[in-house]
Amino acid sequence: MRRVRSLASWLGVLPFFGYLLIFLLIPTVVVAVGAFRNDTSFTMSNIRALGDSAVLEALWKSVELSAASAIIGALLGALLAAVIVAGPQTSLLRRVVTSLAGALAQTGGVALAFAWMATVGLSGTVTTLMQNAFGWNMGNSLWLFELPGLTLVYCYFQIPLMVIVFLPALDGLRPQWREAAETLGATRWQYLTQVAVPLLRPAFLGSLLLLFANAFAAYATAAALISQGQTILPLMIRAALTSEVVLGQAHLAYAIALEMIVVVAIVMTGYALIVRRSSRWMR
Amino acid sequence: MKPWVRWLILFLFAVYFFGPMVSTFIESTKYPGHPSSLRAWKALVTNDQVFHAIGQSLLLCVTTVVLMLVLLLPTMIWVRLRLPKLRRIIEFLCLLPLTIPALVIVVGINGVYAWVNYFFGYSPWVLTFAYVVLVLPYAYRSLDSALSSLDITTLAEAARSLGAGWFTVIARVIVPNLGAGILSAAFISVALVLGEYTFASLLNYQTLPVVIALFGKSNANVSDAASLATIIFAAALLLLLSFASGRSRGRKGA
Repeated sequence: MRRVRSLASWLGVLPFFGYLLIFLLIPTVVVAVGAFRNDTSFTMSNIRALGDSAVLEALWKSVELSAASAIIGALLGALLAAVIVAGPQTSLLRRVVTSLAGALAQTGGVALAFAWMATVGLSGTVTTLMQNAFGWNMGNSLWLFELPGLTLVYCYFQIPLMVIVFLPALDGLRPQWREAAETLGATRWQYLTQVAVPLLRPAFLGSLLLLFANAFAAYATAAALISQGQTILPLMIRAALTSEVVLGQAHLAYAIALEMIVVVAIVMTGYALIVRRSSRWMR
Repeated sequence: MKPWVRWLILFLFAVYFFGPMVSTFIESTKYPGHPSSLRAWKALVTNDQVFHAIGQSLLLCVTTVVLMLVLLLPTMIWVRLRLPKLRRIIEFLCLLPLTIPALVIVVGINGVYAWVNYFFGYSPWVLTFAYVVLVLPYAYRSLDSALSSLDITTLAEAARSLGAGWFTVIARVIVPNLGAGILSAAFISVALVLGEYTFASLLNYQTLPVVIALFGKSNANVSDAASLATIIFAAALLLLLSFASGRSRGRKGA
């Protein structure tokens, strides 16, 4: 009887496992296996193709873009979070900033690409302004569609993401700790450098890794900004998926996708380790 | 931090964040050689393709929230009550989509979607299945923190000892106590689905972000208007959520 009942308990979680099997695990396995296959048999040629200079260059650019936007995003996002955490949790300023941050970090995507094209694109408002004021045409050089421009646009969702993930850590800093430090005669600077920063360091590093993974996996913004071309890995996957000229490109897409999983998995494992360590302090 | 430093920093951030939005509005009304007009904003409701896409995206938001709740909520409650050993596994699985980029899932999901299309046809709402996976990590976190703040074992035992069946326990005793968590899981899911582009564009469904990107080449004014509208709508929704959940948190006095 007991066995029957425990069996019935397991039936309760079956739909959930079945669903994830179909819509998460099977696609992932298809990618992992597909990376080692061509149309007829197993092969290493797709994996070898990852070593081609074009793919390597896209990987490098992806890493550069993710690292740059993660570092800038983490620093500025932490600063913005520190500024708004000073007020009470229910302050209107805090509500507005976090809501807007959520919209930019989570809904963003294509909309952000258009917002920046309207600002610094060929005929954007700032471009026109600069042209009229200084006679400097910044829309000519297409910088918006290369690494510096992509970094600028990516920060538009990275800073908000940092605000969202870093605010709880800042909230975890108890006022008592500051009071204790002050009672013991610590200056503001000493409190900051010897108490607050060491306590926040794991959360900051964890958020930094999360931001890196977020930028590395992002597709929509870059895809909407750059309609042709394959400067970074996600766009290279798009090119391989949608190309009708070169046969066998689909398998290259599998290999690049596998490469993306590996990179993001390494980064997210680091993130999980840091979070586990820091959660001991931040309760 | 001195107040003026604080306000200066806030001002600079405001310029960086609102600048592009103001630009987007200006660009959406600008027609070279003609006086500016709000035509593009009217097109959001008068242009069939755009209007239809907005409808599709909103429909997807609803279906995704419903399926996510139906799938995730009973499972999470059930695991807490009957299979506590599985909690770590469920958590790991729910957070897994953070590690597997949406783009990667799209690359591998063709076979699965061939079956989905075979059973359910080609209308855009079938994207719901993929979107539930996408919103899983965020929904899980909201629901998990709501469940943690509730002593569901005691609630369940009390209800069971009064003769309630498991369905009653979950649907009529526990779920009504999770209001704030369900609300925040739903709103975050809506925010994500509203802007989702990766699946929709690569699987060729005309949701709002796909149509925005499409119009970028022929009628950028409409793209600008729709982009700005999307961001404002999502921000307003999340602001609403912060007031709703802030109040219930205050009531608990946590």
